[in-house]
Amino acid sequence: MRAYKPKDNVQAKAYYTDRFYVSPQVPKSHVESDEVFARDLEAIKAKFDVLDAYIQVGQMVVFINPSDNYKVLELLRDELEYTQLSEMSAIDWLADRGGFEIFYQMLSMNKRKRLRIKMFINKGEAVNSVEKLFRSADWSEREMFDMFGIEANGHPFMKRILMPYDWQGHPLLKTYPLQGDEFAAWYEVDKIYGKEARDIIGPELRDSAKVDRYDSERFARLGHEVPKGTKITGNEPKVVQNYQEEGGVFMVKKFDKKDSVVIDDPQR
Amino acid sequence: MAQHKINYTQNGGLPVALTSIDKIVNWGRSNSIWALTYGLACCGIEMMASGASRYDFDRFGTIFRASPRQADVMIVAGTLTKKHAEFIKRLYDQMAEPKWVISMGSCANTGGMFNTYATVQGVDRIIPVDLYLPGCAPRPETLQYGVMLLQKKIRANKASRAQTDKRLM
Repeated sequence: MRAYKPKDNVQAKAYYTDRFYVSPQVPKSHVESDEVFARDLEAIKAKFDVLDAYIQVGQMVVFINPSDNYKVLELLRDELEYTQLSEMSAIDWLADRGGFEIFYQMLSMNKRKRLRIKMFINKGEAVNSVEKLFRSADWSEREMFDMFGIEANGHPFMKRILMPYDWQGHPLLKTYPLQGDEFAAWYEVDKIYGKEARDIIGPELRDSAKVDRYDSERFARLGHEVPKGTKITGNEPKVVQNYQEEGGVFMVKKFDKKDSVVIDDPQR
Repeated sequence: MAQHKINYTQNGGLPVALTSIDKIVNWGRSNSIWALTYGLACCGIEMMASGASRYDFDRFGTIFRASPRQADVMIVAGTLTKKHAEFIKRLYDQMAEPKWVISMGSCANTGGMFNTYATVQGVDRIIPVDLYLPGCAPRPETLQYGVMLLQKKIRANKASRAQTDKRLM
């Protein structure tokens, strides 16, 4: 018998999960297999707690405690030559583990190595801002706040960066529907015309494949156009759309197809 | 009879033409459709190509203006995001009557491929649209054809009557 799956929380389930599906994993290797990374890990371990560390696709991944993130990145930058923070963001693990994984992707141009610092925070917790260490974290942390709702303590301008300031919800959460929640669906109508305009403007037409040839309000049949709102029977006569009216246009030369020249040479 | 006999009713006589107010006003309006530079996405590239020498919008009297107060037509060329929706309304309100709107490309028509939370599903949810151009992105020929159809539409209207302001609601 198939295992019972509660259906009252379908939104929170981001993916359909197959019982027999095993998600493919990139193979991990020990840190000792790379001597540069091994030395780096020793230096981090000497001062901070390291929860886990391994090498994946030639990059070392180090799990630390979330409270240490500023100090660890400072150590990496000032002593271990990881001078660039190329990327940082969060991963939504709310459904599985009730929190977020935050990663800092570091690059050392001298060592020609990339290293990733990871840490896990629970829902509702804030992280320490690393904007004072790396300027690139300025916008990244704002984006993290915009997309996941994770605040960075000590950030100089903790506001949304992509979505409007008055937006509600955090779009990169796995529970956020791709086509938007009710707030998103009515955002522009509510903001410009007010909530009372919802009935007049109507809901969004989200079915992109919808074509109704009998609907003359929204669709037209090429070559058989009728005025908007006409009831369509299906026997509409062919209409030739001309550039100009039959009687000619005042002070504008009549366009005659016979006099026009077709240029075959594209490089004319 | 004088040596320079003039047939006033013929073209090439004196520059005199007899017409109605409607026709002369509509002739003026339809042959000087100044467009707002409003490229929002990749359709904007096609719009720029239409304005450049090969397709040459200037011969229609369509000149791109950088101010809504000098523009007659707003060519919405590209994806309209929800964040930008209030600004398109503001720009549209700043344009002087009479004004027209061309919705250029799938994104402006219906939201197109961006069936997401951040995209307005058709600019006609915000402002009234006169002409929809299909395509992703429409070729400059399509925009050219669209402008010619808009000229036809302008000529079909009575110019002398006070135009009712176009409002979505």
